[in-house]
Amino acid sequence: MSLNIIVLAKQVPDTRNVGKDAMKADGTVNRAALPAIFNPEDLNALEQALKLKDMYPGTKVTILTMGPARAAEIIREGLYRGADGGVVLSDRAFAGSDTLATSYALSAAVKKIGDYDLIIGGRQAIDGDTAQVGPQIAEKLGLPQVTYAEDIIKAENGKVTVKRRIESGVETVEAPYPLVVTVNGSADECRPRNAKAVMKYKRAAVPSEVAADEDKKAFVEARPYLQIGEWNTQTVEADLAQCGLAGSPTKVKQIENVVFTAKEARNIENTDEALENLIVELIANHTIG
Amino acid sequence: MANFYTDNPDLKHYLTHPMMEKIVALKERDFAEADTYDYAPRDYADAIDNYDRVLEIVGEICGDIVAENAEDVDHNGPKVENSRVIYAEGTQKNLEATRKAGLMGMAMPRRLGGLNFPITPYIMAADIVSRADAGFENLWGLQDCAETIYEFADDDQKKRYIPRVCAGETMSMDLTEPDAGSDLQSVMLKASQKEDGSWVLNGVKRFITNGDADIHLVLARSEEGSHDGRGLSMFIYDKRNGGVNVRRIENKMGIKGSPTCELTYKDAPAELVGSRRLGLIKYVMALMNGARLGIAAQSVGLSEIAYREALAYAKDRKQFGKAIIEFPAVSEIISVMKAKLDASRALLYACARFVDMYKIYDDIAKERPLTPEEKKEQKYYSKLADAFTPMAKGMTSEFANQNAYDCIQIHGGSGFMKDYACERVYRDARITSIYEGTTQLQVVAAIRHVTTGTYLNKIREMEAEQVCPEDEAIKNTLVYMTQQYANAVECVMGVKDSNYQDFMARRLVEMAGHIIMGYLLLEDTQRNASFRKSLHVYVKYGQAEVAKHADFIGNFRPEEIENYLIKD
Repeated sequence: MSLNIIVLAKQVPDTRNVGKDAMKADGTVNRAALPAIFNPEDLNALEQALKLKDMYPGTKVTILTMGPARAAEIIREGLYRGADGGVVLSDRAFAGSDTLATSYALSAAVKKIGDYDLIIGGRQAIDGDTAQVGPQIAEKLGLPQVTYAEDIIKAENGKVTVKRRIESGVETVEAPYPLVVTVNGSADECRPRNAKAVMKYKRAAVPSEVAADEDKKAFVEARPYLQIGEWNTQTVEADLAQCGLAGSPTKVKQIENVVFTAKEARNIENTDEALENLIVELIANHTIG
Repeated sequence: MANFYTDNPDLKHYLTHPMMEKIVALKERDFAEADTYDYAPRDYADAIDNYDRVLEIVGEICGDIVAENAEDVDHNGPKVENSRVIYAEGTQKNLEATRKAGLMGMAMPRRLGGLNFPITPYIMAADIVSRADAGFENLWGLQDCAETIYEFADDDQKKRYIPRVCAGETMSMDLTEPDAGSDLQSVMLKASQKEDGSWVLNGVKRFITNGDADIHLVLARSEEGSHDGRGLSMFIYDKRNGGVNVRRIENKMGIKGSPTCELTYKDAPAELVGSRRLGLIKYVMALMNGARLGIAAQSVGLSEIAYREALAYAKDRKQFGKAIIEFPAVSEIISVMKAKLDASRALLYACARFVDMYKIYDDIAKERPLTPEEKKEQKYYSKLADAFTPMAKGMTSEFANQNAYDCIQIHGGSGFMKDYACERVYRDARITSIYEGTTQLQVVAAIRHVTTGTYLNKIREMEAEQVCPEDEAIKNTLVYMTQQYANAVECVMGVKDSNYQDFMARRLVEMAGHIIMGYLLLEDTQRNASFRKSLHVYVKYGQAEVAKHADFIGNFRPEEIENYLIKD
């Protein structure tokens, strides 16, 4: 038995090491000032896919990402770790997408890929932290979904068994596939890049990356394994009204720079007395009231 | 999120040494495999880019995984259950990461599953791994043994065993026995040939690093009734066949994650490697030379971590209202640590390049006859590798110990506590000047290159190189030190007393070492000015050391040796 798996991945600014120039004056993220990285929880998702590939030989892992041509780096990172191929969904018409427009575009690309058993993505991206795109894709494709997955234990007889992390512990659920799974950061770390794969795939590219260099172009064209798909709205037959700004009902009213002042977390016991004391304290320091 | 390769630009400096162009072209047979293997390089720049990218993986795994696990592995260590070794949890994770990253069998040819890397970038990986956890380097670095199979085993054995190593199976070299340590000629483990021609092993081995490995190289006595090295042969034991058990593992001072085993062989099936009787005199000598270069890399990695820990602490620790690094007494120690580290690394990679050159020629010679020009080069580099390997192992391991000592000194009382990494580094470093031949035995191997002039000839070659005007003065110092060395050699060799010459051997080898490392740093400085500071500090240090030895030798009357002999 083998599976066809699509991994949803996003290239994000590395918000874990934010400096002074991380935000622009208008409150949006200054992407130029931050290194672009593989969204961490998408790496957890990729590991789940690669683990299934180890378990079920013949399984094919395809990475799908939306972004500019340089997001092909995400596909290469996936190839270095064991993915079989990938597609960059890239079109100016996608600019300014909120989660609804993003999930529309990605679901259109998933439909275009067509043959899939599992769609696995990270729980959320570190730039937006919405955790909405995965579930919205499931809705748009009419698929069941399992969120907060920590371990995709097996996929047998048309059913996937998933351990998921919930607030009070873990639960193991079963769901028929095809299905969408979003993976939590507490899942296994992604495996390292593989030496041979890095040497093999370092020249993998989307057509627009090599268009200006005849030698590189010819090299990639002669080797199908180096070809990363580059799709646009036409390729995935997207309805332009649902793409980009036009398809995004979210309007950002204002962005505020919040600085956390609390240094450490405190556990409050679940008793009337402890809660009472907390309320009194919060009123006293003018946090509430 | 640390990367032990990219955070250390000196490594790239050595990766792109001018000699690498020739090494890579020879190793890759002028890039003949570019269209056969999708991961083979197409030209020199492509090959260097490959090494760079793979070392970046090594650096990332070492920074994020191996270094993170080091303390835990040191505390918990491996254990033995039912005669089998169970690695510490962190060790298992380290091995899994290096396997998944495909970092085993790095120097093996592609047709056997390897990456076909020259020794130099492989040794660089060992340097990086050792900085993260010197104990783990032992397990990972034993992939070196595949080199011995590649050089001396038959084609069938190569095809059966080397791909397994490349896929991540571990190795061991089973040499030492209770009564055969430095003196391997006394090995007693018995190899008996059965009627069908197959071999079985019986006996005991001791102090075997990673003794429960998947594939063992075993030195055993195949010639009944023999008593010396000529009765020993080399065997492969495959753990899948059974017959070797781990009786116990040693409780060591350092490198605790690396299991050191006592093994019992009971009718353990084994395969002969190469020819009978050549086990010690040919194969183990080759194996040991590779292993010694590995220990030099381990020593450099330890010097690196010792320096970094000391520097970080000295910047952070405040006394008398300022960071202690601002006190000259402290900054001097750290400057000298850095100079010893840089000198060690310069020597390590010079040696690695020499080993690369002659080994690649040896390998090419199996495919076609070498041209007279190539034969000449092969001989030249083979001799240099033979001279530089014991010097590198001896000098770098002593410096690793000195740096580990100084690292604790910088930490003061805190360094004596179990709270900082420096105490582990100190314990881990201690073995480097002992195993794979003590420093004293490295001197025994190196001294003939003092007497035959290998070192002096190489020094003269380096002396002939042009340097920028700014470095003329320091070069003159090196020329002066060379004269002191040449005089000392002449003085010692003039006394026809082998006891006296043995007594002075270490001093002469060290003198040559300081001068060679000085010249290597001078060469590095010509390519990269960031080495100039270490060049000056090192030559200042080496100059004093050379003068000290010259003084000792010059003022020593041969009969005074009596005072050093202990007879009762």
